[in-house]
Amino acid sequence: MRKAFVPLLVIAGAMFAYAPVMIAQAPFESTMGLVQKIFYYHAPSGMIMLLAALVCGVSSAVYLWGRKPGADHVAIASAELTALFGAIVMATGPLWAKKAWGIWWDWDPRLTMSFVGWMISLAYLFVRKYAGPGSDKLAAALAVFGSANVPFIYISVNVWRTMHPKTSVVPKLPPLMAGPFWFSFTALFLLFLLLMTARIHLEQQRAALDQMYLAEED
Amino acid sequence: MMRRAVVALSTVILTLMLSAPMVFALQQPPGGQTEFLPMKEVPPTETIPAAPLLIAGYSIIWLAAIFYLWTIWRRLNKVETEMHALARKTPR
Repeated sequence: MRKAFVPLLVIAGAMFAYAPVMIAQAPFESTMGLVQKIFYYHAPSGMIMLLAALVCGVSSAVYLWGRKPGADHVAIASAELTALFGAIVMATGPLWAKKAWGIWWDWDPRLTMSFVGWMISLAYLFVRKYAGPGSDKLAAALAVFGSANVPFIYISVNVWRTMHPKTSVVPKLPPLMAGPFWFSFTALFLLFLLLMTARIHLEQQRAALDQMYLAEED
Repeated sequence: MMRRAVVALSTVILTLMLSAPMVFALQQPPGGQTEFLPMKEVPPTETIPAAPLLIAGYSIIWLAAIFYLWTIWRRLNKVETEMHALARKTPR
C-alpha cells in the first residue's frame, strides 16, 4: 500500500477534480433543484463517517481483548477520520438544509444522532490526548459504545419522523444520478483509505520512536 | 445676578421640557408590525442562491482533506526528525 500511495493519491485527486463535472451533468431533482446536488458528496461523506466509526469500534474491541498494538493504531487512525468526515457532514448538511428546509439545523433524530456520533469521536481523541496513562483502554471502551450508535444513525430516518431523506433514496437513484453518486463515493472512499494508511504509518513511527527511547534507557 | 441666573436656568429647563416630547415624537421609529400576512411565492430577490452553497460544500471537503493530510505530514516529519536525532545520539 505504501508503494501505491502516491499513484493512488494522484488518482483520488483526479477523481475529485472530475467529480464536479459529473455532478454538474447530473439531472436536477424535481423538488429541491440545484441544492440537492450537495447530496453527491454529503451522503458519501456520511457513509464514510459511519464506516470509520465502525472500524474504530471493531479495532478498539480487538485491542481491548487482544492488546494488539496494531489494532490500537487502526483505532486511533479511524477515530480521527470519523472526526474529519463527521466535520464534513456537519458542515455540508446545514448548507443543504438552509436552502431545502429553510433552516440551518433541526434537532431531528438523524441530525442529532449523527452529531452525537461525531461528538463521541471527538471525545475519543480528547481522551487519548489528555487522559494520561491508560487512556488507550478508556478510549477503546468509548469507541465500542460509539460504534453501537452507528446502526441507530442509519435506521433513524426510517424509524422516526424526520425531514431528512430516507435510506431508500440511494438504491432507488435513477442511472443518471447513480453514476455521479457512486463516482463521488469511490473518490471519497479512496481518500479515506489513503488518509488511513498515512495515519497508521504515523502511529507505527511513534511506536518505533517509543521503542528507541526505551532501548536507550536500557 | 443670582436672580438672573435662576431665571435663565429655569427658562432653559422649561424650553427643554416643552420641546422634548416633540423631538422624541419626530425620532420615534415606525410602529411595530401588528400581524404577519402569508404570501404564496417568495420574490426571486429573496431566495438563497443554491450555487454558492453547492460550491462552498465541495470546497469544505477539499480544504478539510488537504489540511488533514498536511497535519499528518507535519506530525510524521516531527517524529522522523526525532528518530534520526535519537539514532545519531545513541552509540552503536
